[in-house]
Amino acid sequence: MLKVRNISKTFNPGTINEKKAIDGLNLSLKEGDFVTVIGGNGAGKSSLLNAVAGVWPVDSGSIELAGEDITGLPEYKRAKLIGRVFQDPMMGTAPDMWIEENLAIAMRRGEKRTLKWMVTKQDRELYRERLSELGLGLEDRLQVKVGLLSGGQRQALTLLMATLKSPKLLLLDEHTAALDPATAAKVLELSDSVVERNNLTTLMITHNMTDAIRHGNRLIMMNAGHIILDIEGEEKRHLTKKELLDKFAEVAGHQEETDAVLLS
Amino acid sequence: MNFLNLLSRMPSACAQGILWGLMALGVYITFRVLDIADLSVDGTFATGGAVTVMLIIAGFPAWLALLIAILAGIAAGLCTGLLHTKLGIPAILSGILTQFALYSVNLHIMGMKANQTASLKKYGMIFENGKGFLVSSRYIPAAIGVGFAIACIVIFILYRYFGTEQGSAIRATGSNAAMASAQGININNMKVLGLSISNGIVALSGGLMTQFQGTADVNIGRGAIVIGLASIIIGEVFCDIFFRKGANFAVRMTFVIFGGVLYYVAMTVILWLKMDPNDLKLFTAIIVAIFLAVPYLKNQAKTSFGRAAKMAANGKGEK
Ligand SMILES: Nc1ncnc2c1ncn2[C@@H]1O[C@H](COP(=O)(O)OP(=O)(O)OP(=O)(O)O)[C@@H](O)[C@H]1O
Ligand SMILES: [Mg+2]
Repeated sequence: MLKVRNISKTFNPGTINEKKAIDGLNLSLKEGDFVTVIGGNGAGKSSLLNAVAGVWPVDSGSIELAGEDITGLPEYKRAKLIGRVFQDPMMGTAPDMWIEENLAIAMRRGEKRTLKWMVTKQDRELYRERLSELGLGLEDRLQVKVGLLSGGQRQALTLLMATLKSPKLLLLDEHTAALDPATAAKVLELSDSVVERNNLTTLMITHNMTDAIRHGNRLIMMNAGHIILDIEGEEKRHLTKKELLDKFAEVAGHQEETDAVLLS
Repeated sequence: MNFLNLLSRMPSACAQGILWGLMALGVYITFRVLDIADLSVDGTFATGGAVTVMLIIAGFPAWLALLIAILAGIAAGLCTGLLHTKLGIPAILSGILTQFALYSVNLHIMGMKANQTASLKKYGMIFENGKGFLVSSRYIPAAIGVGFAIACIVIFILYRYFGTEQGSAIRATGSNAAMASAQGININNMKVLGLSISNGIVALSGGLMTQFQGTADVNIGRGAIVIGLASIIIGEVFCDIFFRKGANFAVRMTFVIFGGVLYYVAMTVILWLKMDPNDLKLFTAIIVAIFLAVPYLKNQAKTSFGRAAKMAANGKGEK
């Protein structure tokens, strides 16, 4: 489904702020794979998702999604294949527009925007139905500005918008990190059920090891722009938090060593 | 300083207010919907006037001259939009560049003269011969009626347009560009589109204003952006008073026109009070600055470091 071949990305090349965010990364996802992504701050997790979503072009390598080479497509053209939820609950919705208008925009993701009236009666029925599945009471508030919703409500709405038109790939970037524990659990549960129901191919970044183990069928760990651990299936199911933390510490410790060498 | 004299000036103030309100509607699209401060309008307003007058002199019916003026405005907006999105120049600077360039362009349109007159006597009114002026300062009640009708048509079209898929994509771009991109909207195209529509409306307003006065002047648009902002802000204040926050888009646009009228009424009163007309721009700028600052200051009053310090000093913070 997704084939990322040997991609690299360096930010601010040739300046003192030069930073190699992704370094010759390879990743291949089968249809229906639900992959959790972990790694320390600055490991390149968000950069991987941004590269796939087309926020900026990669320096080298290629990206193929659903049999189509998308390496040269800008973000708005890839959007027809990709649904996204961001870490910041403010980022995924238009605050000045109604709930139903936000959904209508998502309903036409990747399509040409015509001069047809945007929210039709039958659309509205569909929105109501899908909103009620969130269990947040939003189905009665179709004509409320999204800016008035709480972070958790907005994040749940963004999740619905990302999957309203079933995407080939769903990208979740720490999408529950800004929510309180109860709301985070609820949004995570919603994510699980929507992924399962639509058999969505998914990449989910999280800093929560337990979540990373419990969700999905495959887990990757990133460090310094590489994938350093890739566990799936049976092995992942038996993975313990301790093993993962040890692995994590091993990588971090290794990094400290190199830092020490550099400083000495 | 008699009051009757002031009253007698009011109809003209209303007529001009409606025509300038139309201009403010154009500014509203960029400033509020697209969240861009577009300074090209000062130039576009004059362009609309120049094109209209020159075409009327060339024998075109006034209504057709207006339609072509709208196209000229759209072209100007397109320039600003392309400077901004294709060449990466910040929006404000793009607008200033277009405005600057339009000064020369407008002079060329007007045969290198700073102003051009089309006399009402020669061309007549549209209801006299079917091709004359749509509005004129000689027929003020008619000007109010025609101005109002045109404003209604423009508001209706904009209301419908911004409810379509395409119009909503422009709104989403202004509201949250990251979301719009992630939903497959080409935000650059939407910005160009919005700027074009906005400047088209501004040129229409400029064309009507020159018909009203019978002359096009290369400097007529100077400060148009500030008048536009003033109208928008005055309109919003009254809209919030009457409708709280619940007004729909059409109502809010109507209040922008109303804001233009109030602005002109206020200016007329100030002139009637025998204040120096040269000070009008200073007054306008101060009023706009105050109203733009109000939302910020209101917020500051609720949460500011100064307040926090006071609360702490009074011991209220601990409760
Ligand atoms: N747009 C950008 N411009 C410049 N540098 C960037 C940009 N995006 C990411 N980086 C840099 O690339 C590196 C990887 O960042 P990235 O956001 O991918 O990390 P991450 O794994 O998502 O970390 P976190 O867990 O903190 O979110 C960091 O050093 C970051 O500063
Ligand atoms: Mg990140």
